[in-house]
Amino acid sequence: MAKIRGAVKVDTEKCKGCSVCLGACPMGVLDLAKEVNGKGYNYCYMKDPEKCIGCASCAIVCPDGVISVYKVKVD
Amino acid sequence: MAELTINDIIKEENLVYKKTKVMTDNVMHYCPGCGHGTTHRLVAEVIEELGIQDKTIGVTPVGCSVLMYNYLDIDMQEAAHGRAPAIATAIKRVMPDKFVFTYQGDGDLAAIGTAETIHSCNRGENITIIFVNNGIYGMTGGQMAPTTLSGMKAVTCPRGRDVNTMGYPLHITELIAQLPNVRFVTRQSVHTPANVRKAKAAIRRAFENQKDGKGGLSFVEIVSNCNSNWKMTAVDANKWMEENTFKEYPLGDIKIDWEIQEGKISLRNRKLDY
Repeated sequence: MAKIRGAVKVDTEKCKGCSVCLGACPMGVLDLAKEVNGKGYNYCYMKDPEKCIGCASCAIVCPDGVISVYKVKVD
Repeated sequence: MAELTINDIIKEENLVYKKTKVMTDNVMHYCPGCGHGTTHRLVAEVIEELGIQDKTIGVTPVGCSVLMYNYLDIDMQEAAHGRAPAIATAIKRVMPDKFVFTYQGDGDLAAIGTAETIHSCNRGENITIIFVNNGIYGMTGGQMAPTTLSGMKAVTCPRGRDVNTMGYPLHITELIAQLPNVRFVTRQSVHTPANVRKAKAAIRRAFENQKDGKGGLSFVEIVSNCNSNWKMTAVDANKWMEENTFKEYPLGDIKIDWEIQEGKISLRNRKLDY
């Protein structure tokens, strides 16, 4: 069965670490980083990249539109 | 098969979703988790999908979203506090082929601009009003708005809103829905992916209502949060909104194509409802 692998790219400098995307992700892929960005926010990153299905739920709730989503089909 | 790395997936041809080009690259000044950002993006996405970027004129309010013209790459006009529907009326009457929308908060639309709102809706101007309701004056530091929930604390009602002296939360959306010239009235929210998709469909419909020549005003209320002035984190504010605000302001379409949806408007009775 074809498997879907996804990945998100976060514009870490613009992320404000509101963590709305964390709750929106159905697979629990995202988490806030321990490091901070230039503005002092803990930006979001992929904690568990293997689990991402590229559903774009995180991206469509992101208030700052910093998430881009990519998806590929793996045989 | 060889292990697939993230860099193999992040390629232009695999792109599923990215920020629309109608939005500029400026960093938004909103607090982390504010619904304004999502609503801005939905408006921008709808404009891109309908291909009306060069034909859209937005009118910005006074309030948190006053700097909206920095974030959307379309023609925009700033209005005096609360007067956005009046400005939009003029723009639409002078240029009927343009898509005109106003974007207002609850202090702008439901308090200072009540007269402009009610009368432009009563005239049935063929414009779209996006109304972001977070139940508080956000920009000025969390004062009580007409839409503040009963018992909810704000800077100017530190013991909670007392309905006997301060009145009940103003349901301006239901008020407007009862005007005969208003075509489409809906209430949505943008805090979960499902709600965002519904809100986008509503905003799209509100813009499409401007091009079929039937006229009528379209009104989209977005129930939003104000985590800074509610003194909560973004996630807690969204949860609080689900538990409290949605009880006062239930989501759903209230009026579609001049037809009030069944059970959406009922006479509110002080003794029964509170």
